[in-house]
Amino acid sequence: MAKEMKKMKSGTLATLVAELAQGRIRIVDLTQTLSPQFPQIVLAPELGQAAPFRVEEVSRYDERGPAWYWNNFTCSEHTGTHFDAPIHWISGRHLPNNSVDTLPLADLIGPACVIDCSAQARADADFLLTADHIRAWETAHGRIPPRAWVLMRTDWSKRHDPAEYQNFDEEGQHTPGPATDAVRFLVEERDVIGFGSESIGTDAGQGFHLKPPYPCHYYMHGNGRHGLQCLTNLDLLPPQGAVIICPPLKIRQGSGSPLRVLALIES
Amino acid sequence: MTQPIRRPKRKNPVLPMRLPVLPPGTRSRVGLGLTAAAAEGRFALQVCGACAAVQYPPREACHQCLGDELTWREQDGAGELISQTQLHTSHDTFFRQRMPWRLGMVKLDAGPTLVVHLHGDVGSAPARVKVGARLDKAGMAVLVGFPDRDVPHMADDTQLREFTCDPKYRKALVTDGKTAVGQAQVRALVDAGADLVWVGHAEPWKKLPGLAELRELPQVSLVPLDVTDGRSVKELAGEIGAKVDILVNNVEVHRAHGIASRYGTDIARAEMEVNYLGLLRLAQEFGPVMRGRGADGQSSAVAWVNLLSIFALTNFPTHGTYSASKAAALSLAQCLRAEMRPAGLRVINVFPGPIEDEWNQLLPPPKLAPAALARAVIGALRDGVEDVYPGDVAQEWLARFRESPKVLERELAGG
Repeated sequence: MAKEMKKMKSGTLATLVAELAQGRIRIVDLTQTLSPQFPQIVLAPELGQAAPFRVEEVSRYDERGPAWYWNNFTCSEHTGTHFDAPIHWISGRHLPNNSVDTLPLADLIGPACVIDCSAQARADADFLLTADHIRAWETAHGRIPPRAWVLMRTDWSKRHDPAEYQNFDEEGQHTPGPATDAVRFLVEERDVIGFGSESIGTDAGQGFHLKPPYPCHYYMHGNGRHGLQCLTNLDLLPPQGAVIICPPLKIRQGSGSPLRVLALIES
Repeated sequence: MTQPIRRPKRKNPVLPMRLPVLPPGTRSRVGLGLTAAAAEGRFALQVCGACAAVQYPPREACHQCLGDELTWREQDGAGELISQTQLHTSHDTFFRQRMPWRLGMVKLDAGPTLVVHLHGDVGSAPARVKVGARLDKAGMAVLVGFPDRDVPHMADDTQLREFTCDPKYRKALVTDGKTAVGQAQVRALVDAGADLVWVGHAEPWKKLPGLAELRELPQVSLVPLDVTDGRSVKELAGEIGAKVDILVNNVEVHRAHGIASRYGTDIARAEMEVNYLGLLRLAQEFGPVMRGRGADGQSSAVAWVNLLSIFALTNFPTHGTYSASKAAALSLAQCLRAEMRPAGLRVINVFPGPIEDEWNQLLPPPKLAPAALARAVIGALRDGVEDVYPGDVAQEWLARFRESPKVLERELAGG
């Protein structure tokens, strides 16, 4: 027993726990708060719609339940900060282990590379991240390791007004995202686990007009990779070196789920 | 001469508010026939099938021949005032607060003699009058003697205003200003003299035409309101509930699907979430505070308007799930009416046929224009009517429904 304790204390996990306790490793919350005010994805009104987050009180220390407070909530698998599994897209529908209940657990903890596009997104809401941008980022920050999450920082999460966050005009939504060649580069040449964004989808707001439509969904999910969207606090992460933890809810055959995304960073 | 009402002075905050009380509300079962007609703005009396005698008060058998085939028939109300009196005292709590009160006795040209509430512009007896039926604060039919031709500011008569819900100088909430129907309703309320119109709007990121223009009207105030979100409703009720005199709940989700044309429950659920549960949430948050203000001076809380649909009466299968949600809303609106009654608040249910909008694209004309619907709502408020079936299609459906619900159901099923 004592020997096992000693082993614990000196192991990697024990070091992790100790460093967390000492504040040498810090936890950053990459999650938006689930609230009815947070907007949901918008599709044409004749199509099926993702349910927004809604919460109804069951009881609050009252006649409905004297000693306890609790709520029922409803939402879509794709509401708030959420995970997209390969089964979400038609290109990933026949892959093995393609839903949130079956996907590999190893994909849920991994290194994160953060590509800062905040200046470009500020200048152009329709900014597309290209393969060339990624190569330039690698020149500055090092090569993207295999099996990493690539997160596109745009500071879009700082748009607290839902209308500005959604950014619709008569031609639809205007939010930044990856170009087709960037997605293919990340999947085919860098073997990423997935792609994460701050806006409401992993694809750009005008992604329907790219080739193929919604390339990030199409190629990532078609190759068994994942998506994270509505992330926040990406500006607190280093370009390389953070580790993210992003387990979705275990929904049978689920295409995604709201989740808490945490990042570990070394001080 | 009726004096036009003026914008009421601000309320003296140190005086206690007058509590709502109701006039006597007991009627016989047969007497409720008068109320059923008045609820739609009609003055009807029983007419004997055997001898054609017009009956008053309502009864089981003809006063002339004892025949028992008495049918409710609309009356034109023409008659002569034969006597009048002015009450200065009463044991009734409702009338005590409203003295003096003018009453008269009218001999209808059609036969019977009636006791009526007398409009101030009817001269001394003998005088020609036109009798109409109105609903009082208890939701019961009463008869009113009007001048036989219209006079200026007729609606502003103090006694008559106890039976009506005129928007003039009142404050109204329209729950959805993002649709053509909502925008027409807001403009109609402004045109009718409403002092302030709050206009709810959900999902601010969806920019729809017309809402921004409303903001330019000085009476209009846009307020965030999403009836699918309990907290949104609660917050708005907290902010403005104590000032809302008229609530027009026009928010709805409408998709043209039956069961087979749209697999799944998401659309039906969205329709129920807004059309039924939205009404429930609004009623739970705005109902109590409006009930408290049922007798709050000239601009008291007076009315709650629900935009339903003629499809609430019988399912229209190509709009099947929408019909079901409106039927649910109708049922709940009846509950709301019962719960608002003690405060004297009128719940007005509006049953339009197809409206000229994007969700009725495939339906043939005639379709009800949003402005016509809005006018019908204003008319119902001014006349104090409870149930409104605006437009030819609604009137025709209603007639067919009343003739035989089963035949109508079969006709709508097609084939």
